[in-house]
Amino acid sequence: MDIRQELKTFITKEIMRNPKYPLKDVEPLISGGLIDSFSLVEVQLFIEKKFGVWIDDMEMTVETCNTVDDIAKLIEARQ
Amino acid sequence: MTAPSTTHVPIRIDHPLPETLNAQIRYLLDTQPEATALYFVTPDGKGEQTISTRAFFEHAAEVARALRQNGIQAGDLVVLVLEHSLDVLYSFWGAILLGAVPSIFPFLTEKLDPDRYFESLHALVERSGVRLIITYPALYDRLNTVLADVAGMLPILGTDRLTTGGNPTEFWDYAPTAESTAFLQHSSGSTGLQKGVMLSHRAVLNQLAGYSTAIRLQANDVICSWLPLYHDMGLIAGFIMPLMQGIPLVLMSPFHWVRAPHILLHAIQKYRGTLCWLPNFAYNLLATRVRDVQLENLDLSSMRAFINCSEPVRADSHQIFQEKYTPYGLTSNALTVSYAMAENTFAVTQSGMDGPQKYDRIRRLPFQEQNRAMPAAGDDEWALVVVSCGKPIPNCEVRVVDGDKKPLPERQIGEIALRSNSMLTGYYHQAEISAQALYEGWYLTGDLGYMVEGELYVTGRKKDLIIVGGKNIYPQDIEAIVSQIDGVKDGRTVAFGVFNEKLGTEDIAVIAEITQDDEETQGRIQREARQRIVQATDVNARFVHLVGPKWLIKTSSGKIARNANREKFLQEMAAEGLL
Repeated sequence: MDIRQELKTFITKEIMRNPKYPLKDVEPLISGGLIDSFSLVEVQLFIEKKFGVWIDDMEMTVETCNTVDDIAKLIEARQ
Repeated sequence: MTAPSTTHVPIRIDHPLPETLNAQIRYLLDTQPEATALYFVTPDGKGEQTISTRAFFEHAAEVARALRQNGIQAGDLVVLVLEHSLDVLYSFWGAILLGAVPSIFPFLTEKLDPDRYFESLHALVERSGVRLIITYPALYDRLNTVLADVAGMLPILGTDRLTTGGNPTEFWDYAPTAESTAFLQHSSGSTGLQKGVMLSHRAVLNQLAGYSTAIRLQANDVICSWLPLYHDMGLIAGFIMPLMQGIPLVLMSPFHWVRAPHILLHAIQKYRGTLCWLPNFAYNLLATRVRDVQLENLDLSSMRAFINCSEPVRADSHQIFQEKYTPYGLTSNALTVSYAMAENTFAVTQSGMDGPQKYDRIRRLPFQEQNRAMPAAGDDEWALVVVSCGKPIPNCEVRVVDGDKKPLPERQIGEIALRSNSMLTGYYHQAEISAQALYEGWYLTGDLGYMVEGELYVTGRKKDLIIVGGKNIYPQDIEAIVSQIDGVKDGRTVAFGVFNEKLGTEDIAVIAEITQDDEETQGRIQREARQRIVQATDVNARFVHLVGPKWLIKTSSGKIARNANREKFLQEMAAEGLL
């Protein structure tokens, strides 16, 4: 599974508790009300475990990590 | 006045109280002007500032002078629309120096819908007769447009116009009386019903005296806080108490903290913090979401007490926090609890200061079926653990009453009522609500609990309310928001809280009946519901559950039954492994 799909599966199932949610790559996660600040930490830990990449707390902002695509690009750049 | 002793804080119950907060400012400036009032902490350390008592109140005096120049007088309501920053701290005390009444309004966040946000500000300004707003120059035009039609408003004051110079001594003549309103705190209420809690100087000083005694506050204490200031816990415990007691406050922004929770722990270590107030979810967050690599060389041994407050307290949250931080010097008696509310200025009870923190194991069935909290046998695997909130603080009485407001015996669950000398004067511009909340001098809290050996145990609440990370959310508001979405059947929505074990707080769940069930429509409604909820409340809905006709359970009178639908939903989610 590619990074985007892995992220989407994790977010819809573990955070939104709705695996059927049609999450798009460019959909706003934080400002769209899908993920809150507390769940962002869960995403960080998932990324570290799954992809071996740590995204620092201060990098996890609306500007840098508001979509699956944003997060995937950050991961790709560091792998 | 005498110089402060090296061990005692100046405001305490066995000591004459100052008349007003203004008198206390004057006393502190006379006795300890160079003492550090504030360490303002930032995550990267670059914006870190150390501010003395004298510098702090000189900045406040600059604001007071600017307010005076703009026509503000004693008793005028001044609303602060500012981020968690030095600006908001100085502005608050600037208004107090002048005898005006400050009130902190939550700042616009990137998640809130600006139109809706400004509408609620407009409603507040109109309803409460706000005289002036202090905000950033960037918001100046927008606020002027939004508030153009409100009568009696003075010009909006930008933070760029506060640096006029000033000295607190210019304002000693403005001293209010002990009965004057010192400031407004916001109490929760569903949309349109938020209440401004009026607190007099005397009530606030009585609270500081009583609560400081309960927590044994000493001159060498250091308070660390990341809490927002528009909430009683942050405003009183994490701002007004340390400043008025002349002990250092280590303050950081809630927005910084939530992104990097470990900065609180490192600030405690750096400044030898001794006291810290946290809502329950923060214990889970700090226990489970901080990586060990962020904790290298951490030393928390200076901490006298973490005080769990403002949402239901869970024994397992204390346990995981204790386990995680014992290796970092957290002592075994440092986890305590306070039950508090804005209407009592802040604290009502405090546990764990003169003995160990108590946990009451009770039998499940008498609790659920007879409103009784009966001690459970040691081997009762169904027992529930209720965390003690401790004894009432000095000058505060607590009792548990039945439906007829009659006191109940120990271990009988009923509504918690309180009486004290730090109660609100009333709700601002809402006299009729003020009268409703009191019964023969007792304030009825709407919370449920029981007493054992003089200690209070809180078990739930009468009112329908969801508390998410210490923030009160009314299900009626969520239901109304989702009901307006195209494709949701009007009035066919129900919202409630679902406790999240991992986070240590409640999640919002909302169920909506939809008229078309194709995937595309479902996706759109899901998306819109989550977006609108966060824009209106700044809190996310974890569960958005769309259902067809006949799913929702109604009462015999045709109303949607919140509890029955909650049970049905929980069963479905559990069956699908999604809880």
